[in-house]
Amino acid sequence: MVSRIHFRPWQILGLKLLIHSLCIGWAGITYYQAVTDQLGGDPVKAILHFTGISAFNLLLMSLCMSPLAKYFRQAQFIRFRRLLGLYAFFYAVLHLLSYLLFELQLEWGMLISEIIKRPYITVGMSAWLILLALSITSTQAMQRKLGRRWQRLHNWIYLAACLIALHYIWSVKSDIVQPALYIAMLAVLLGLRKDKLLKPLQGIWRKISTRA
Amino acid sequence: MLIKVPKASQCSENQVTDEAIYLKRRQLLKQMGFIGAGALLAGSPGAHAINLFGDDDETAFNTRKLTYSQQDSAQTLTPESKVISHNNFYEFGTDKTDPKENAQGLKVDPWQLRVDGLVEKPFTLGFEDLFSSFELQERIYRLRCVEAWSMVIPWIGIPLQSLLKRAAPLSKGKYVAFETLYDPEQMPGQRNPFIGGGIDYPYVEGLRLDEAMHPLTILAVGLYGKSLPPQNGAPVRLVVPWKYGFKSIKSIVSIRLVEKQPPTSWNLLAANEYGFYANVNPNVDHPRWSQARERRITKGGLFSSNRIDTQLFNGYDEVAPLYRGMDLKRFY
Repeated sequence: MVSRIHFRPWQILGLKLLIHSLCIGWAGITYYQAVTDQLGGDPVKAILHFTGISAFNLLLMSLCMSPLAKYFRQAQFIRFRRLLGLYAFFYAVLHLLSYLLFELQLEWGMLISEIIKRPYITVGMSAWLILLALSITSTQAMQRKLGRRWQRLHNWIYLAACLIALHYIWSVKSDIVQPALYIAMLAVLLGLRKDKLLKPLQGIWRKISTRA
Repeated sequence: MLIKVPKASQCSENQVTDEAIYLKRRQLLKQMGFIGAGALLAGSPGAHAINLFGDDDETAFNTRKLTYSQQDSAQTLTPESKVISHNNFYEFGTDKTDPKENAQGLKVDPWQLRVDGLVEKPFTLGFEDLFSSFELQERIYRLRCVEAWSMVIPWIGIPLQSLLKRAAPLSKGKYVAFETLYDPEQMPGQRNPFIGGGIDYPYVEGLRLDEAMHPLTILAVGLYGKSLPPQNGAPVRLVVPWKYGFKSIKSIVSIRLVEKQPPTSWNLLAANEYGFYANVNPNVDHPRWSQARERRITKGGLFSSNRIDTQLFNGYDEVAPLYRGMDLKRFY
């Protein structure tokens, strides 16, 4: 039997402040290092890798919140989910901006042709757009306005997570150990939700089998 | 009066900060006890460990000063600190910083470089022979990596031509096959595929004989006035400046004249991405990224990374006749 965890209000506030300062501080320090040439031979690559991985880390963390809430029977965990998700998007924005500013040096034509021509960039960009839509609709006002459709929309996060994993493994040259670990983590987190994820498929299956 | 007209690919004046001055500056800052927030936070790019006690000035490997004929250059050289810390040498790990970290213990003396195969006079060079058998020349070359970054490096080496001529190739020898040291005990990437990126070792490379005989092709034994550090391929490596960096095989133990096109490591791993020729070509994209541009690695951080147009054959137009009549989209 797992004991119930209960956060006091100041603890929740403290944890949120910690998340804020870690997410902003870490990015700040890393960009400072990159600008002052302390990130190794190729600061552009280092920044792209850092922001990409951080976005994925935060997304996986946000996906941990509802399993944790269930396991500890404590709904308070959900209160961190939006914050982590938004910071995942924050890093995804930094990732895209850095790519545009430092890798492509604002060649918009190149951005468009790369999005079309390179499958892994197409995939990454699609994931980015999903995260954008979810971030815009993350407020409580939007949640009320969209009603039941809100949940349906936000289930797209699972697709986004898979696209990000694909984007990651596709982008590496030969060293697939780290992306493979990430995919394993994602598989576990999706596995915990298999009933939810399989439900629409079961519906389709039922339709097919009754018709047959 | 002798008027020298430099080729477009040549460089004309030297602009590099003297290494002694560079080192003195660091030393001075240290003596002053000046450790800014930046220095405190300087860590390796991937790991992000805050390295409070690390001192990246000292490396265990001993390089030696070399005597060589010098070349003038107008190009801004990539700082030595970056040339020796940003390396692809998968035998020591796949991160750019891994080779510098893991290769310092590499034993290069004694060393044996065999030149054999379809030649009249096969021979072997020992460690000392690498520096004394041929006149050493400085060659300031652009190095273009297939990953779309580039550097300007002052190599010191021997034209491969002179070496091959000494061996007297037989007419049947059409290709040159190269091989890196195979020593899993010293090279963690060779004993563990997770460290070595899944490449089948030993690393092998190859050139057509006319490419190998081209005066631009050198065997480098040094850079920045000193013998090579292991992360750059000590004690001897290939440099073919008009081809992507992965053709420039490191820590060579065997050079073999052969009849047929030899297998090459990256081509074996992913033939659709890495061809045998690997000529730098802005018009032939890597399947996953454009090769039209590159990032020149110079000093300075994020904002000073130079993005420049990639030139056909990396700007070394004099090699174009080697490929006359060939479809470079097919023979990439």
